Amino acid sequence: MPNGHTSISERRTGLLLAIVILSLTLLGVGMSVAARTRWWLPPVASVHGLETDRLFYITLAITGAVFVLVHVLLGLLVWRYSAHGEGRAFYWHDHRPLELTYTIIPAIVMAVMVSASGVVWTKIHSAPPADALTVDVRGEQFAWLARYPGPDGAFGRIDPRQIGRDNALGLDPGDSSAADDITSRDIHLVVNRPVRVRIRARDVLHSFFVAEFRVKQDAVPGMTVEIWFTPTREGEYELACAELCGVGHYIMKGKVKVESQQAFDAWLAQQKPALKPQ
Amino acid sequence: MAVTHDAAHAEHELTFIQKYIFSQDHKIIGIQYLLTSLLMAVIGGTLAMLIRMQLGWPGTKWGLASMLFPGGFQGGQMKPDFYLTVVTMHGTIMIFFVLTTVLSGGFGNFLIPLQIGARDMAFPWLNMVSYWLLVPSIVVLLASFFVAGGAAGGGWTAYPPLSAIPGAAPGSGLGQTLWLISLAILIVALLFGSLNYITTIFQMRARGLSLMRLPLTIWGLFVTAILMLLSFPVLFAAAIMLLFDRLAGTSFFVPTGVVVGGQLLSHTGGNPLLWQHLFWFLGHPEVYVLILPAMGMVSDIIAANGRKPIFGYQFMVGSICAIGILSFLVWGHHMYTSGMHPLVGTAFMATTLAIAIPSAVKTFNWLASLWRARIYFTSAMLFAIGFVSLFVTGGLTGIFLAQPPVDIHFQDTFFVVAHFHFVMASASLFGVFGGLYFWFPKMFGRMMNERLGRIHFWLTFVGIYATFFPMHFLGFGGMMRRVYSIQLYQHLRDLQPLNVFVSLAAFGLGLAQLIFMYNFLYSLFRGPKAERNPWRATTLEWQAPSPPPHGNWGHHLPEVHRWAYDYSVPGAAEDYTPQTVPAAPVPAHGSAPHGGSG
Repeated sequence: MPNGHTSISERRTGLLLAIVILSLTLLGVGMSVAARTRWWLPPVASVHGLETDRLFYITLAITGAVFVLVHVLLGLLVWRYSAHGEGRAFYWHDHRPLELTYTIIPAIVMAVMVSASGVVWTKIHSAPPADALTVDVRGEQFAWLARYPGPDGAFGRIDPRQIGRDNALGLDPGDSSAADDITSRDIHLVVNRPVRVRIRARDVLHSFFVAEFRVKQDAVPGMTVEIWFTPTREGEYELACAELCGVGHYIMKGKVKVESQQAFDAWLAQQKPALKPQ
Repeated sequence: MAVTHDAAHAEHELTFIQKYIFSQDHKIIGIQYLLTSLLMAVIGGTLAMLIRMQLGWPGTKWGLASMLFPGGFQGGQMKPDFYLTVVTMHGTIMIFFVLTTVLSGGFGNFLIPLQIGARDMAFPWLNMVSYWLLVPSIVVLLASFFVAGGAAGGGWTAYPPLSAIPGAAPGSGLGQTLWLISLAILIVALLFGSLNYITTIFQMRARGLSLMRLPLTIWGLFVTAILMLLSFPVLFAAAIMLLFDRLAGTSFFVPTGVVVGGQLLSHTGGNPLLWQHLFWFLGHPEVYVLILPAMGMVSDIIAANGRKPIFGYQFMVGSICAIGILSFLVWGHHMYTSGMHPLVGTAFMATTLAIAIPSAVKTFNWLASLWRARIYFTSAMLFAIGFVSLFVTGGLTGIFLAQPPVDIHFQDTFFVVAHFHFVMASASLFGVFGGLYFWFPKMFGRMMNERLGRIHFWLTFVGIYATFFPMHFLGFGGMMRRVYSIQLYQHLRDLQPLNVFVSLAAFGLGLAQLIFMYNFLYSLFRGPKAERNPWRATTLEWQAPSPPPHGNWGHHLPEVHRWAYDYSVPGAAEDYTPQTVPAAPVPAHGSAPHGGSG
């Protein structure tokens, strides 16, 4: 027997450990239930968000069940098999069917999960619908800047050398399609209308994160990453930067306004082109 | 070869410096690595407390802390750039300079020759150099706190362009350069170590000790050494490239047209994603570098304290190898939202979820090892059981993050922070604590105090859950990592009470570690003398004196006749049969004497 431990103290410790393990399990489950009213996923406000949330709940159910199962087993085992009484441990160290069972079952569950998630992921990254609105969003230390193509429907060229006080985006005055481009610090979207967001960065990495839309996409200097989604609820949303971008990372907040097509059109009509006519 | 020399060679007189400072003895080097890592853990842990101070009570004036860190506070408030430095250095120190070094450098060095019945490592001199490269690497890292702009502040992942452009943030100045240099030196140290571990395990096992008779601790350390040897050079190359981008104007990671602070940079043609691929090609194997040795040690602690063979030895070895191989094929799961092509994400999801299979095998094998065992709840055993719980809790949240559609919301939030603090940080730390309580008698010839050890366990186990479990819900709510404050965000403000709770729990957790420090230091000098085999364990190190002399084994090397897990063999005189006992004296009562022949 290792080092002066007595049977009584082993029984007591085993019982205490079982109580701690089972209490933590219960608290974990209890907290997850209680958290739903206050500390949960923000109410979803996009079409694909319903599907990603469904995957989340399926995963939560499966992992929650395994979490409880393993901890209940662990608690019972340490309580029941603390060193006490006479006799020895059971000299038993292999049981192929048992081991294959807990190899194959997780393998099947994982395979199903890969297919289910793969389908949703493919859909999220499919080609955007033809009627989608297009917005260009650029991250910089420490703000977001949106751009709409203007009446010609085409984005003008960007030339970083042109970035200056009057030209925050760096629109190229030499490109005719740049002349009517509209920029805005707030992003305006149309409810129930798909939107393509072209995400870019001026300086370092940023990440375009709107929790309610279940959208997050890094903004990478030198790349234009395009995503699309469909907002489903009118209102104002907070756009957060989710990739560390420097001292002001925590203040890099933007505003996304989802409104009706009429309200959107009215807003857009009020905007002036970003480039002053020459 | 060093091992075959005559034991008498070990007897010759060594000076104090040869014996304890520039030692070539694997045990001393292991202890050097161990003590250095524990010292770094104190620094890394203090930084964690600073993080929790800021997140719990943003905007508060801290009189004492601002006196201790005058550069990091302004008017008593923590400065945002100091906060980022603290976050970056906490991660860097804990991952590279505590857990990597204590597991492979500390336990690896100490245990490998002892558990395989060798006199020392294959290359003792190289082993000494390995430790003495760690020291300058730490000096450079800690010095970076005192340079202009402070230490690196770009996160432990050091993503460019932030980390590549000195003007992008205060922490991207000299501090980032020193961070890269420190890491490059550390990598050389770790590579010398892993070369040594691999060679030693392949070449210097005692007679009769086939690979399939090795204790799982050795299997864990062995596969870890292979992972380090194959993955760290990739980060070495990336670090050198990033240094070139910073100092020589190259453009590996900085693209054309980057404008920082109104200045158009002259870099052209680089790609920031390249760094992420290279970093995570190391970074993911690295998390298994932190967990595989712990898994091995925990298996051995469970067998010895449960007085029962480990269940499913062959599957245990197989799953360690499977995890090792898969760890090289999953790096992209850190990059689902990075701008990497979505199709590649699907492939990385498949490989990542595949890791759940060997992980499940290991978990249920540990549970089966406890069934009808005879458990002695030593401090080591409590931490080993705690490890299983933490590994499962942290592993399960990985299943959320492995699925790209679910990961969209959770990426870069506190859900990720909760996940890796359970599965990699806490579980790995429990392996370390379990290992220390278990092998302390062999390392120092004295016993640790069991009562204090158990109190340390209860507080730490509950403290870990109290600290990291609520973080999942911060992630649910969408709280981003590495933010100085969430006060600006309406949708995050409701989370603040949770942040306060997490901070209080973290302080409690931090304080509980003082019990361990006291126990460790007190037992080092005043603990009761340890006998040769205080836990009545089977593996070879327990056949050597506590602590083992230089050369470990006296005149005769041990010879191995059985696997490492002959506990409670029916009919045997004792409930453990050391690996050195010949097969004959154990009468078989109808059951096979061992299943681990190989």
